[in-house]
Amino acid sequence: MRRYVVRRVAAFAVTLLFVSVLVFVVVRVLPGDPAELILGTERDPATAERLRESLGLNRPLAVQYAAWLGGAVRGDLGTSIQYDVPVGRLIVSRLPVTLPLTLLAATFMIAVAVPLGVYAATRYRRGADYLAMVVSQLGIAVPSFWSGLLLILFFSVYLGWFRSGGFDGWASGVWSGIKSLLLPAVALGLFQAAVLVRATRSAVLDVMREDFVRTARAKGLPERRVIALHTLRNAMIPIVTVIGLQLGQLMAGSIVLESVFALPGLGRLALGAISARDLPVVQGVTLFVATTIVFINFAVDLAYAFVDPRIKYD
Amino acid sequence: MTRRGARRHVTFVVGVVVTLGLVATAGVSFVYTPVDPLAMAPGERLQGPSAAHPFGTDQYGRDLLSRVMTGARTSIAVGVIAVGIGAFLGVLLGLLSGWLGGWLDELFMRLVDAVQGFPAILSALLFTAVFSPGIAVSMVAIGVAFVPAFARLSRGSVLELRAREFVVAARALGAGDRRLLVRHILPNTLAPLIVQATTSFPVAILAEAALAYLGLGTQPPHPSWGLMLKEAQNFLSMNPWFALFPGAAIALAVLGLNLLGDGLRDVLDPKTA
Repeated sequence: MRRYVVRRVAAFAVTLLFVSVLVFVVVRVLPGDPAELILGTERDPATAERLRESLGLNRPLAVQYAAWLGGAVRGDLGTSIQYDVPVGRLIVSRLPVTLPLTLLAATFMIAVAVPLGVYAATRYRRGADYLAMVVSQLGIAVPSFWSGLLLILFFSVYLGWFRSGGFDGWASGVWSGIKSLLLPAVALGLFQAAVLVRATRSAVLDVMREDFVRTARAKGLPERRVIALHTLRNAMIPIVTVIGLQLGQLMAGSIVLESVFALPGLGRLALGAISARDLPVVQGVTLFVATTIVFINFAVDLAYAFVDPRIKYD
Repeated sequence: MTRRGARRHVTFVVGVVVTLGLVATAGVSFVYTPVDPLAMAPGERLQGPSAAHPFGTDQYGRDLLSRVMTGARTSIAVGVIAVGIGAFLGVLLGLLSGWLGGWLDELFMRLVDAVQGFPAILSALLFTAVFSPGIAVSMVAIGVAFVPAFARLSRGSVLELRAREFVVAARALGAGDRRLLVRHILPNTLAPLIVQATTSFPVAILAEAALAYLGLGTQPPHPSWGLMLKEAQNFLSMNPWFALFPGAAIALAVLGLNLLGDGLRDVLDPKTA
């Protein structure tokens, strides 16, 4: 077991290194001269030279990469050109929107999809099962930003229950914060919920075909107990794996929903930075989000081995 | 045919019909649209559905039916090229990784893990910071996001097939690495790869729409379903139809392609069905 964990951690470190190389290559190497990119068409050579100097672009690429990576490891992602504050601080300031949005969407997704998937499996090939499958097939087809727009249309424009966007911050109360994030979280969670319903259903069906479930039934346990005690506990392993992988998807998806609902999160920070040619911010946000997703995948991988002793540790 | 088989048959046929409808719409839009999709008519702004404009008009008075029809082209083009990029790079990486084995395999797969940290939206953010936004950025960003799935799939096939008798026999007959991979192993991995490509296609359409919506993909005045939704958002209370038709077009196209993918998986890849 220890050997497995050590190997996974080493692999994770290599993966993170690749993540950083990818971000660095795209932003610093592909454009040729980032200084010219930042200054745009109305640049004069002296300013460009000063910027090159301050960004350290005159040094060899390998040295630049090492310096940038060294900083990133210590939480120093450079300074925003647009706001003139550390990129790390900007990212932290936007997390109170993106993280709760992601978690709220995940909560919604799990609360809807897991019970529905289990129910569909227990009604296998009957009306309710077909209905659940049709609904989830539709859910997978609807882009989250469109469901966001439809929710705005119905709940904000037509009913007037929610604002159509914006976020006042958590200072004005937890409920007001949650209320601004509710519609975007539902829109974001809906698509992934549709995916999770299918995964849950097939995981439960797989376990229900096992011998020990037949034994539990044969010894006269009520069906409710068979499902709750014997089936669900065993089916949870693949379900939790899927949920873990979906967390990363939700985080990436929140970038789109922040735009639909005008929420000041990480996605809007990055989009604003693109129009302002604020390369350090774009670089910082992508590095942060990609690292988080890779970390979640790694954690799921590791947890999987801990939870299921049948996994081989080689 | 069993009842279950018949039901699967029905969803597959629905998938084929909707997909053909999508392709036909895109094809027809080259030679015929009710109105020029770029023609503005300031007097007819933001109208609801009518006989003259069955889907209504947008904020410049452009005919939405014509624009939705033309938008199908964008979706298909991005889908085909993005899946092509993902399949080409992924299969190449997967074949090499599985075939070479050892530390190179380990290294390639860590690269694949790293690429998995970049969903299409994130790569598109990164690329757009450096290159100007456009349809090419969409294609590459979405394609890159597909690389891990294709790489894992083809690597798995190589590991499974490389010790099989027909491969060993071909090697004994003097076939080199390249011949073994291209002539013997690759053809035997085609079925799952085709299924993967088909199921990736609707994902590409969704991603293209999201990128265009964010302003990172297709640029105005080109009709893209995502772009239309972005424009529609500003006029939600004035003309809700504007947001309904392009969104429904995306959902219908994705639904059809998903059903087609499910059906193909049943036919081509009975193991995972």
